[in-house]
Amino acid sequence: MIYEVFRQERKGQPFQHAGSLEAANHEFAESYAKEFYGRRGESEALWVVPREAIIEVEDFVDELNRNYHRVDGYSLKGKLKEARERVGRALVARDR
Amino acid sequence: MTEREQTFLEYVQSGGQVETTDWMPDDYRAKLIKFIEMHGNSELMGVLPEREWILRAPTLQRKLALTAKVQDEVGHSQLIYRVVEDLGKPREQCLDDLISGKAKFHNVFHYPTKTWGDVGVIAWLVDAAAIISQKALLKCSYAPYARIMKKICWEESFHILHGRDVVLTLMNGTDDQRELVQEAVTRWWGPLMQFHGNPISKDEDPMYIWRIKSQGNEEARQQFLDGYVPQIWELGLTVPDPKLRKNDEGVWEYSEPDWDELRSVVTGHGPRSQDRLDLRRRARENSAWVRQVVLAQAA
Repeated sequence: MIYEVFRQERKGQPFQHAGSLEAANHEFAESYAKEFYGRRGESEALWVVPREAIIEVEDFVDELNRNYHRVDGYSLKGKLKEARERVGRALVARDR
Repeated sequence: MTEREQTFLEYVQSGGQVETTDWMPDDYRAKLIKFIEMHGNSELMGVLPEREWILRAPTLQRKLALTAKVQDEVGHSQLIYRVVEDLGKPREQCLDDLISGKAKFHNVFHYPTKTWGDVGVIAWLVDAAAIISQKALLKCSYAPYARIMKKICWEESFHILHGRDVVLTLMNGTDDQRELVQEAVTRWWGPLMQFHGNPISKDEDPMYIWRIKSQGNEEARQQFLDGYVPQIWELGLTVPDPKLRKNDEGVWEYSEPDWDELRSVVTGHGPRSQDRLDLRRRARENSAWVRQVVLAQAA
C-alpha cells in the first residue's frame, strides 16, 4: 500500500508533504516513515496517510462568477479617483 | 509536437511544476523515468564501494558514521524508486533492469575503493560533485522529485562533512597518511572530471529542455572546480592535471576528460562493475524470503 508522508519541522508550523512510501501495513508504514523522515530529529511530527484516504480536489469552476468573495471582485481604484475628484470640485466651489 | 505538448513545454520552461496526477507528454514521462531511475540505481550501487570499508574503519566512531552514511544512501534509493514507481515503472522492474545490466548507474561507483584514503575522498569530493547536481534538482519541473531532493541534499551535506573530517584527520597525521589521500585524489580525479557528463550545450540537453535539470553539464563542472579545487590546494594536495587553472575570465581550464572511459564504464565495463552487480544480485536473492514473509504477514 502507498502512504503519503507529511512532516512538521517545528511546533506550530504547517505540515508539508515530504514524500511517499510503500508499506505492507500501517505498522510498517509508521516505522519506515520514522526512518525516512525522523531519524536525525529533523521532524517534530509526521502524518502518515494511506494515499487512498486522500480526497483530492482540484477543479474550481466558478460558473456563477462569484467574484464578490474574491479580491478581483472589488476594483476600488476608479471609484476612489472619482470620489477624490468629487471632493476636489466641492472644495473649489466652496472657496469661490 | 502537439499543441497540448507545446503548452506543457512552455509551462515547465517558465518555471511551472507538475504533480503525479497531472497530464504530461509521454516523452516527458519517459525522460523523467530514465533520469530518476538512474539516480535511484546510483544511490543503491553507491553504497557498495563504502560498504567494503565498514569492517575496516579505523575507529568505532568512523564505523558508525560510515554505516549511517550507507543507511542514508539506501534510504535515498527507496525514496527515489518510489517516485519512479508513481511515474509507472515498478521498483521490482527497476531492480531487474539494474542487475541485468540494462539500466545504468553513475560512473564513480564502478571503481575500487583501495584504501581508507579513498573512503575520505569519496565522501568529500564524490559527494560534493553529486550535491551540485542534486541541488540543481531542487527546482525540477516534476514536483514530487523536487520535494524529496530537499531531504536528500540535507543528508548529503552531512556526508561531505564526514568526508572532510576523514581527509583532514589524515592530512594532519603522518607522511604515510598524507600519501594515502594524495594517491586517492590522483585516482579519483579522472572519474570526478567525467562525473557531470560531456559539455553538451544545455539547450540541446533534453533533461534541461524539459527542466528536469536546471543547469547544464559544464556549468555543474565549473561549479565543482570553483568550490573544491581551492580546498584541495589549501591542504597541500595536488590535482593530477597540469592544464588545470582558472583563466582571467574566471573559467576553469582543464585537460579533456576521457569520454571513452566514461562510456565504457557506465555500460558495465568498469573495473568493479560486474563484481558489484553480482553482489547486488546475490543480496536480492538472499533477501527474497524477507520480502515474502513481510508481504504474507501483512496480507
